[in-house]
Amino acid sequence: MFGKSSLTRRVTFPIALAATGVLALGACGGGGDSGASSDAAGEGNSTGPITYVQGKDNSGIVQPAIDKWNAAHPDEKVTLKEQTDQADQQHDDLVQNFQAKNADYDVVSVDNIWTSEFAAKGWLQPLTGEYALDTSTLLEPTVTAETYNKTLYAAPTTSDGGLLYYRKDLVPTPPTSWEEMMSMCSIATQNGIDCYAGQYAQYEGLTVNVAEAINTAGGSILSEDGKTATLDTPEAKAGLDNLVKAFQGGQIPKQATTYQEEQGRQSFEDGKLLFLRNWPYVYSLAKTDGSSTVKETFGVAPLPGNGDGNPGASSLGGHAAGISVYSDHKKTAFEFIKFLQSEEIQRDWLTQGSAAPVISSLYDDPALVEQFPYLPQLKTSIENAVPRPVTPFYPAVTKAIQDNAFSALSGSKTTDAALSDMQEAVQNAISGGQ
Amino acid sequence: MSSTSGVATGEFAQGRPPLNPRGRRPSLHDGSGRRATLLIAPTIVLLAVVILYPVVSAVSQSFTKDAGLDPNTGMFVEGGFAGVSNYKLWLLQDCGGGAFSCPPGTLGSQFWTATGVTFLFTAVAVTLETVLGMVFALVMHRKFKGRAILRASVLVPWAIPTAITAKLWYFIFAYDGIANRLLGTEILWTGDGWAPKFAIIIADTWKTAPFMALLILAGLQVIDEGVYEAAKMDGAGAWQRFVHITLPLVKPALMVAVLFRTLDTLRMYDLPKILTGGAGDTSTLSMLVVDQVRSGFNAASALSTITFLIVFLVAFIFIKFLGANVTEQRAPKAKKAV
Repeated sequence: MFGKSSLTRRVTFPIALAATGVLALGACGGGGDSGASSDAAGEGNSTGPITYVQGKDNSGIVQPAIDKWNAAHPDEKVTLKEQTDQADQQHDDLVQNFQAKNADYDVVSVDNIWTSEFAAKGWLQPLTGEYALDTSTLLEPTVTAETYNKTLYAAPTTSDGGLLYYRKDLVPTPPTSWEEMMSMCSIATQNGIDCYAGQYAQYEGLTVNVAEAINTAGGSILSEDGKTATLDTPEAKAGLDNLVKAFQGGQIPKQATTYQEEQGRQSFEDGKLLFLRNWPYVYSLAKTDGSSTVKETFGVAPLPGNGDGNPGASSLGGHAAGISVYSDHKKTAFEFIKFLQSEEIQRDWLTQGSAAPVISSLYDDPALVEQFPYLPQLKTSIENAVPRPVTPFYPAVTKAIQDNAFSALSGSKTTDAALSDMQEAVQNAISGGQ
Repeated sequence: MSSTSGVATGEFAQGRPPLNPRGRRPSLHDGSGRRATLLIAPTIVLLAVVILYPVVSAVSQSFTKDAGLDPNTGMFVEGGFAGVSNYKLWLLQDCGGGAFSCPPGTLGSQFWTATGVTFLFTAVAVTLETVLGMVFALVMHRKFKGRAILRASVLVPWAIPTAITAKLWYFIFAYDGIANRLLGTEILWTGDGWAPKFAIIIADTWKTAPFMALLILAGLQVIDEGVYEAAKMDGAGAWQRFVHITLPLVKPALMVAVLFRTLDTLRMYDLPKILTGGAGDTSTLSMLVVDQVRSGFNAASALSTITFLIVFLVAFIFIKFLGANVTEQRAPKAKKAV
C-alpha cells in the first residue's frame, strides 16, 4: 500500500531503528522521493524505442495509431502498455512507477485532473525549450487544463464536454439559459415526466456538475493562481442555489442524488426525462439502443447559460500525453506526443472511437459533422468549458466539493452552510491538508 | 479458555512434552536450544520481512509530515518530522487550528463518523449473520432429501466476489430497481440518511451469513448424536436440547466464526465503496485510509496505524475475555459440562 518512498524516509525513533536494522540492506536499494527533481530534465535527450502507457483501450483505437507510427519509425518503435479501465487504479499505477523512477514509462496518458499533481511532484517533463509544443490549433481550455504554474506539462490528446440532451418533440427550441429551462419544466409536468437531471450521486460526476453550475453563474472554485478558494461569493452561491432550488421545487427529481451517467441516460432513453446533462457518448447510444424510445425525438444543444447570451460553462473532460522525466528517449517521446496530436490521428480516433478531438478545425469538417451531428454543439461546449480546479491537491478538493454539495442537494444543509464549509475545506485542502 | 497464547512457539512447545520422558537430553528437544532457534530462524525472518517491516515502516512514516508545496516554485517538498500532528489530525480532528478544526468535507472531519459507522456495521451485521447462520446451519444439519443441493445453494452468495455482490445490490437498490418495486417504495437506498446504511448491512448479511453457517455447521457435525438421544430419553424438549446441548458444544466454533466475521467487517472496504461510494456517511475506516493515501501517505500511515490498533484491541478482547479460541481445537471443558 505504501510507496517505495517510505524506504528512504528518516527513521525517527530508536525502536523503529532497532526493528528495521535487519532490513537496512533492503532499504539501500529503494530509491525515489516525491520531491522535485528538475535535475532529471535534460538527461535522456535521445531517440530510441519507448513505451506508451494508458488505461484500457476499450474502443481499440490506440494500437492502430501505434502501428502507423511504428511502420514509419522502425528504429523508434512504440510499445503500448495498457492499464486497467479504472481511473483510480491507473492513477495509482502511474504514481508507483514515477516513484520508482521507472524509465519504462516514457509517455503516459494522464487524466486532466492529475496533470498538476504529477507536475508539482516533478514527474512530467515541462513542455518548454526544445520540447515546446505548438498549441495554436488546439481548443484553448484543453491547453489550460494541462498548464500548471504557467507551464505546459502534457499534450492534450482527447477532450470532452457536457451537452444538453432535450426532447425536440416536446421542446422545439432548446433553452439557452437556466431560467428558461426551468420555466419549460411545466411541459414536463403536463406530460407526466421529470424535467432535468445531471449526475448528482456522491462521486466525481458531482464535482463536474457543481463546478458547471458555479462557473456558469460566473463564480469559480479557485483563484487563478490556485492558491485561494473563492466559493464565498454571490456568484458561487447563485450557481449552487440553482441546483438546490431545482431539487426543492422538483424540477430535478429527488432520485437524481443517486444518478451517475448511466441512470440519467436510462431515464432519458425511457422517455421519462425532458432535459439531460450528459457527455457525447450518450448520443449514439440514444440513437441506436434497442430500448431507446427517443431515437428520433431527441436533440442536443450546448449547456444552458446564465442569461447573458453565452452558453453554460461545461466542466472539461479528457486526457493528455505527458513525457516522464525518467524517460531515456525523450526526443522520440516528444515526437510521439506530437504524432498523437496530429490531425490524422485525431481524425482516426474520432471516426473509429468517437473520441472528442482537441484540434479545433476538425469540429467544422462537414464530413465529420455529418457522421457526428453533435460536433458543433460539442465545440461550443468545449470552447466555453472551464477545467476543474487545476491544483496538485485535486483529490482533497474534489472530496470537499462532493461532500458538501451532496449535503446541500439532499437537503441536510442549507446552500449557505454548505458553501461556507466547502470554502473552508477547499482552502484547507490546497494549503496542504495539514 | 486457558491462557494459551496465539504464538506459534507455544503450540510447538506443547507438542513436545511426550518426548521428554524417554530420557533424552532436554537441551536438544525442549524447544529452547540452539538448534531450535536455528530451525525457526527462517520463519522468524520471513515474518519480520512480511509483517514486522511494513508495520514498523508505517508507524515511522506516520511521524513524518506529508510533502507540501513550496509557494515559490509550486513544487512539492519533503515535509520533515511531524511529531504527533498526523495523529492529532485524526483523533482530535485537528487540521492545524486546534481540536475539531477540520471543516466538513475534509477527511480529518470524518474519522469519528467513520469509526462509528464501521462499528455500527460490525455490530448489526455480525449479529444478524450469527442468527441467520445458526438457522441455516441447523437446517443444513438435518437429514432430508435435497440436502446436498440446499447446502450448495446456500453457499452461492459467499462464493460470489464482493465487488460483484456490491454491483448486484447497487442495481437492486437503484431508484427504479427491484427493491423499490417489490416494496412499493421510493427509497433512495444509495442517497442520504439511514437508507444507505441499511443497504450495506443487508448486502453484507446476504453475502456472509452462509460463511457463518458453514463454520457453525462444522461445529454441529462434531457433536455426538448419542448426547441428543440421551437427553431425549431424559425428557428434554427441542428447545432445551438446543440451549443446553447444541449451544454449549457449538460455542467454540461459533466464537471463532464470530471473531473472523468481526475482524472482516471492521476492515470492510469494497462493499460500501461500490454500493454507496460513501454517500450518507457510510465511509468506513478502510475507505478513509484509501482516500487519504491519494492525498498523502504519511497521514494515511497514521490512520492505518490507528485502525490497526482498533482492530487489534477488538481481537484481543475477543480472545481474552469472550473465549474465542483460535489456536486450539479441543474443548474438553464443554464436554464435561454435559
